[in-house]
Parts: sequence; C-alpha cells; structure tokens
Amino acid sequence: MPKVTIDGHEIEVDAGTSILNAARKIGGALVPPTMCYYSKLKGSGGKCRTCLVKVVAQSAANPRPMPKLQASCSTPVADGMVVQNLTSPEVLDARKGIVEFLLLNHPLDCPICDQAGECDLQDLAYVHGLSASRNDFPRRTFETIDIGERIELNRNRCILCYRCVYTANQVAGARVHGVLGRGDHAEIGTYIRSSLDSEMSGNVIDVCPVGALTDKTARFESRVWFLKPMDVHCTCDKCSGKAVAWMRGEQVVRVTARRDAYGEVEGWICDSCRFERKDKAAWTFEAPRRVERNSVIGQNHYTGLRQLLAVTEKHIAARAAVSAADEAAGGATGYGADPAALISG
Amino acid sequence: MAQRKMLLEYADNPEARSLEGWKRLGGYAQVESILKTRTPDSIMEEVKSSGLRGRGGAGFPCGLKWSFLDRKSDKPRYLVCNGDESEPGTFKDRHIMERLPHQLIEGMIVSSFAIGSKHSYIYVRGEYMYILRILEKAIDEAYAAGYLGKNIFGSGWDFDLSVHPGAGAYICGEETALLEGLEGRRGNPRIKPPFPAVSGLYGCPTIVNNVETIAAVPYIIAMGGDAYAGIGVKPSTGTKLISASGHIRKPGVYEIELGKVSCEEFLHSEDYCGGPSNGRPFKAVIAGGSSVPVLPLDLFVKTAAGVPRMMSYESLAEGGFVSGTSLGSGGLFVMDDSTCMVRNLWNLARFYRHESCGQCSPCREGTAWMEKLLERLEAGEGKLTDIDLLVEISKKIEGNTICPLGDAAAWPVASHIRHFRHEFEHHVRFPEKIRDPKHNVAAPIPRPS
Amino acid sequence: MPDTPAFSPAALGELGRIVSHYPEGKQKSALIPVLHLAQAELGGWLSVPVMDYVASLLSITPIEVYEVASFYTMFNKEPVGRFKIETCRTGPCALNGAEDIIGHLEATLGIRDGGTTPDGMFTLQSTECLGACGQGPVIMVGETYHELMTAAKVDALLEELRRQAATMPSAASTATAAATTAATAGVK
Repeated sequence: MPKVTIDGHEIEVDAGTSILNAARKIGGALVPPTMCYYSKLKGSGGKCRTCLVKVVAQSAANPRPMPKLQASCSTPVADGMVVQNLTSPEVLDARKGIVEFLLLNHPLDCPICDQAGECDLQDLAYVHGLSASRNDFPRRTFETIDIGERIELNRNRCILCYRCVYTANQVAGARVHGVLGRGDHAEIGTYIRSSLDSEMSGNVIDVCPVGALTDKTARFESRVWFLKPMDVHCTCDKCSGKAVAWMRGEQVVRVTARRDAYGEVEGWICDSCRFERKDKAAWTFEAPRRVERNSVIGQNHYTGLRQLLAVTEKHIAARAAVSAADEAAGGATGYGADPAALISG
Repeated sequence: MAQRKMLLEYADNPEARSLEGWKRLGGYAQVESILKTRTPDSIMEEVKSSGLRGRGGAGFPCGLKWSFLDRKSDKPRYLVCNGDESEPGTFKDRHIMERLPHQLIEGMIVSSFAIGSKHSYIYVRGEYMYILRILEKAIDEAYAAGYLGKNIFGSGWDFDLSVHPGAGAYICGEETALLEGLEGRRGNPRIKPPFPAVSGLYGCPTIVNNVETIAAVPYIIAMGGDAYAGIGVKPSTGTKLISASGHIRKPGVYEIELGKVSCEEFLHSEDYCGGPSNGRPFKAVIAGGSSVPVLPLDLFVKTAAGVPRMMSYESLAEGGFVSGTSLGSGGLFVMDDSTCMVRNLWNLARFYRHESCGQCSPCREGTAWMEKLLERLEAGEGKLTDIDLLVEISKKIEGNTICPLGDAAAWPVASHIRHFRHEFEHHVRFPEKIRDPKHNVAAPIPRPS
Repeated sequence: MPDTPAFSPAALGELGRIVSHYPEGKQKSALIPVLHLAQAELGGWLSVPVMDYVASLLSITPIEVYEVASFYTMFNKEPVGRFKIETCRTGPCALNGAEDIIGHLEATLGIRDGGTTPDGMFTLQSTECLGACGQGPVIMVGETYHELMTAAKVDALLEELRRQAATMPSAASTATAAATTAATAGVK
C-alpha cells in the first residue's frame, strides 16, 4: 500500500486513493477544503479548484515536484509522495485567489440566506478569503426561475459545483435540470419551465455547498443556529428514514439528511421525509445531533487560518521531536499513534 | 532558406483533391506497402525516432504520447484526429484538409494501424462545414476503392474512418473536451488523470493527434524516422506549417524546416511574409497562436542576449516567458505600429471569455473579469491599479485550471502588460487621446526610451 | 412551424447515416451532427419542440439536448433571418479591419450586431476566430466563407444573397416565417 506524507503526516492508504481522501483519513486541519467534490457522487470534483495542493515529491521513484498545483480530489497518491497543503504558502496564495473568484459574482447576501451558518462558501471565505473584494463591476445576476413547490433555486449564489446535476442523475432518477450556456454565463437551469419532483429530488438541497438550493418549506423560518438539530428516524419505505430534525421548541422546522464532518450526507432521504414529516410525532428521537463542523453553527468555535497554521506548526515541531527521540532510541518507538488527536488538540 | 515543401508539396495542385488525381501523384502506393510489410510496433518506433512533436500547439513528442497507450486493456482503441483548429492566428489544418484530404486519410490509415484503432474519427470544427464535405467525399472515394472498410488493400485489416463536426467551441481543441463533443456532450474538459491514452473515447484507450501531426506520419515511415530527424535542428525536427497573418504583405501558410529560417527572414523575405503590408514599421509579433506571449519586434528577431532568433521550438522559447515566447501552433501574426496593444489584448481577452467552458472557477470568473477591466482601460475609463490587478488575476488563473485554456487566457495578458505597459498607462493618463478606436493609426503611442 | 417537428425522408436517411458512424449504444455521439441537421431542416433554429424531437430520435433526455445546444455557439436558440451573416472579429481579422466591416454591415442593413432585418432576410452576428486569419476579414454565410472582405465586396455579397432569395423563394419558407417573428424582437 502506498505511503503518502501530507503536511508532515504519513499515512498508508489503498492504491488509487486520492490525496484528498488520504488527508481525510488523517483528519484535522490538514484536510483541504472542498466545494465541488462529493465522495458519494461519481464524477464529482476537480472543478472548483479549492482543494489545490502542492506535490513536492511525486513518489519514491520520482522525487521531483509536480510543476503545477494539483486538485487533491482527483490526484491519486503514489508511494513516497510528499504533499503540502497548509504548509505551502503557494497553496494558500492560490486558494485565496480561488475564493476571490468564487465570490466575484456571489451576492454576499448571507444576512437573508437560509444557508448562512452552514455554508461551505462562508466557512471557506472566513478562513481563506480576502477581507474585501477587488471587483468593482456590477455582479452577474440571473433571472429567478421556479423549479417547483419545495425547492428554492437562487442562481446568483450558485458556484457551478455540478453536485446537484450528479445527484439528479445518480440519486433522484430522472434529471430535468442541468448546466446551460457556457463561460461566465453558464447557469443551472431547466431550459423550459419544469419542476424537480422525483421522490429523491430534495437531496439536491443537502449537496448544495451554498445557498443556491434551499428548502422552500422552511424558507426564512429561522437562522440555523437558533434551531436544535436532533437525530431522528422513522419507518419509511422509500429511504432509510434516518434524518436530522431541526427543532424550535416542539416544532420540526426542517428535516435534512445526516451529514458528516465534511458536510456530506450519510444516507440519502426521500422527499416525503424531508418535506412532509413536519409533525414531531412522526419521528422517533434518538439524541441531539453533534455538529462537528467548524463553522458559524459551531457556536463560535471558529478556526481561522492563523489557528490552523499554528496547530500545523505545533504538530510538525512535535513530529520532529518524536523522530529525534525515535532516532535516539534506535528507531524503536515509531511514530504516529494518533496524529488526528494531536492535530485537533 | 526557402520553404521546404513536404506536407504542402501538392497543396496548390488541384489533382490532389480527388483520389484518382492523388494516386497519379503517387498517393496510396506507400500506404499499401506499409500495411503489407510493416508491423505496428515498427511504425511506432519510426515515429519515436523521428522526434516528431505534436503540431497542435503543446509540442508534446508524438512517439512518447503513443507509447502511453494502454496496451493491456482489452477494450477497442481509438485514434481521433483533432481538426478543431480554432486558435486565433492558426489556419494551417484547414489548408491540409481542404487541399490535401487524401494525404490526411493516408495519415489516419497508417497511424491507426500503428495504434491498433479499427475505427478512427476526424473531429472538424463546425465552422469548417465545407471542409467536412470535402473530407466526406474523399472518404467515400477511399471506401469505394477499398482503401477503407473491410480488408483494406487486401491486408486483412478492417478499418473505418468517420468525420465528426463540432459546432462552435474553441475549447474542443483541448483533447478531452473534444472527446466530450464526440460523445455528444458539452465541451467540458475532463479531469485528468485518467489521460485519454488510458481512458479516452467511450472510456477506451485513445490517442488524439493534430491534423498536421497525423499528415506527417506517412512521410516519416516512407523516409525513416532517423532521416526525418535529420530535417530541422534537433530537438526541433522536421518541417512545420506556419500560418502567417496580420499586417504583412503575403499572408498564408508556409512550410519551413524547423530551426533553419531566422525570424527576421520569416518576416521580411519574399519567400514568406514579405514585409509590412502598409509600409509601417512592425511593432509586435505573436508567434504561435494568440495564447503564446506577445513579443515586441526586437525581442522576436533577437533574444534578450542579442542572439538572432530562429523559427524553432527552442529558439523562440529562449528567455522563458520573460523575454521569449513559444512556437505553439505556428499561428504567427504581426502587428505594425498602428496597432493599439490595449485594444489588441482586449480583443483576445474577449475571445477567451467567450470560449471559456465555465467549468472551473478561475477560468470562468477570471477570464470575464479580465475582459471587463480591459474594456474599461481601452475606453479610457480605467485606473492605474487595474493594470496590476490584471497581472495579478492572470497569475491566479495560470496553472490553477482544469485545462490549458486558463493559461492561454493568462499569458497574453501578462505579456502584453510586461512588454507594453506604457500603452496601458497612456490609456489611463490621457483618456482624451485614445477615445477614437483608431488612435494609434494617426499617432502611435510613444515607447519610453 | 408545425407543433410536432418531423424530418423529411431524406433527412431521416441522413440521420441513419450519421448514427451509423458510432458504435452501437453510443448514438448520443450523433447529437452534434444531428442538431446541425435539425437546424438546417426544421426552420433554421432549435426550438424546444425541435430539440425534444432530436432527444426522442436519439433516445436521450431533453435536458441532455438543451445542455449541448446551449453550449455550442453555432446552434441558434432563437429564430434567425434567412441568411445569417457571421463576421469574424478576433485577432488578425480585427487587425485587418473586421470592425469596419461589421460597422459597414450594421449601417447598410440598419440593424445592430445580433439583430435581424425587418424583412427576415439577414441576421448579423459577429463571431470569434473562424480560422481564416490569412484571408481576413472573413464572413461566413451558411457553409460558405467570403474572404478578404471590403465594404464594396460586402455590398456585392448582400446583393448576391438577395438575388438568391428571389430565385429560390420557397426553399426556406419556414425559416423566413420564423425570422419575421425574430425581426420584431431583434431590431434595435
């Protein structure tokens, strides 16, 4: 199995694993951020360029660096590969540029956006963005189109990650929407007026990294951080029935799939569970949902880039100390009992 | 040195346009003998030793590209000819396809035989629809003669060849976007790896080569790879078609022996561009299609060290992108002193904005942003900070995109500003002097000494 | 334009020939050439019914056709005039006076770039590089390139096209009807 080193952490992974997934296996601050890659959607990734990393050594056999930064989501590891993410100033600089591009025409309407607080773009901008935009042109806008009773589409916020297109193809069955036009006029749309109404169509809301696709049945009901997320389940013949109910007191304000630390759903849920079961009695409550992501919703447990870098530096120093001790002990102790614990501590 | 006509030997001969005429010129005889006497591996070896580099623009060694083909796969293999010529300044593939269709078919037969493709495609840009008709007619003739189809030339080998039109998309010149177009999809370049040699058309091992590259293959096999490598100056071997246009007296497609013609000679000799068309002094040259860095005349004819530049991959690249450029696709266009470099760059930036597929964020957003800034500068409404911002944006795009279109959009911006910054500043400082789009015709912007 | 578009027998034959170029089950590959065919056969532009018809011919979903049709610039998503006059405006063509040619066309026809004349005869469209840089400025009408254009040659070309239209009035009657609708919207 190939061994790869990412920001000083070494890990052994299956051949064919991407750099990103190797990093996710290590966990912690060194995991490159993603806006378009989604492990559960075949073909996703490569587009947003947020996860660019520096490959300083391609493999043990070929220790030369790759000339360009690489999208970690779509670059497979090789044995002896050495990768820099946070430890490369070049990566941080490029990523700053990517964030500026993603925000260039974004309306920055977080105060009225239902996604605020659990928005990948918001989180990314806080950590990696510039404090102000250098774009003084009017922002691009698209006309509003109606895609049905339950899903709200706001294309001005869209970053063209294509996740909803893959979801419609791979999860929801029939696809009636797609990417139309090209260049900076490319847009998510249906071309003709049609609505997304397959049994699984609501999953496009959960995969959307921004506020382009939101739940119409919960629109403007509450800021997400005022709601209490609860793990719930029900008996459903269309999906696993495992979901998260977002509660205001006794009221189920909205229902989403359960999402992991990288914002990816653990299991798809059907539209009945998502849009129709708004009665508390329709669900069996398990426990409060632990929100693991560092974001506004994590109640100010915000980790800025400076803290992330401090943690990484601390780790690299610790690693140097361990290998020094290791060498002194004749290579007996080994390294890497729990790098994830080290980095999150 | 005058033209060395190999590929273009019969370009002006109307006989070359029909199969019968082409045969009278000696066509197809060579192909028959290759199929009957050579093995695919030996053809590969000849191409490798010839040093032939891809003529589409990147200049990647052709033999090396072929060697990446996944030979362990049990899937069909494909050869796809890239005739999606759309790089501004480039019109050489059109010249071959229009005038020498059978020469290209010969190249497709021999290359497909080497690669093991039983069905190959020629992807022709949609605007060249009349050329697609010429190719289809030539292919029909070849089928009728038994040179395509079952058991061609009685060699026991079956081979089909089809033409596929594009429909208006520069991006389909990128090989994986081209394959998307061939599969009936939007021309979004694919994420690599995997590369086409492993997973290309329909997920099968595929080689994509430029028209000029493929047309050269039969010549290489006929004369032998080593003999071909003796033409030109290593590692720029062989001949190259140069499309010449702009403010020159004799625009057209010229075939040169690489490394044997100086840039100075190319601009002024009667064998080539023939000097300025309007009697005005040349100011700048884009040597290899609109994507490569522009050079001021002095740096085009001589390197920064004062060495006369030659028309070859290496000589034009001398000095890197600071004081050099690239041979690219050989789309050379020349500007005289009536040209406003700000307007020229705006024109090219508009092209890249129009042609970006919109898939990845740096290219989608960056090309549009640069175009807007340049439109503003050219209108005399820009700010001095816009100039540095443009350079900064180009750096944030370069190297960070899915495909080379991002680089292609970034390089002209960086190089126009690097070499002609005074013109950009002039537009900000003296907006009243540049209101007329033809301001440079009457009074060229002075270059600071 | 009838509500349910349909190819003529000759076009259906051409469809079969195009589809035969691709391996079995890969008929989606025929999408671009078939859209060219549909545009030429069924009114000069790709209306939603025409695109849905193409989807049904190739057994793919309508959105797959819309995505492709909206990506490639040669496909008209709105009605155009009987003759679409496309002038290259990029790089070398611009150096040799493409802007003057476009300006001359606008002035002569009394419409702006992108517009259609009220009689539905001409649509003006500037395009990016047509790959004829050595013979610029270049104009493409249908499948024909007109090279080394000057104002005088533009005038002669327009006259020639009008003459063509007069001698073959019925050939593109549907296109003309559609273009009349476009003319109302296109003239500025």
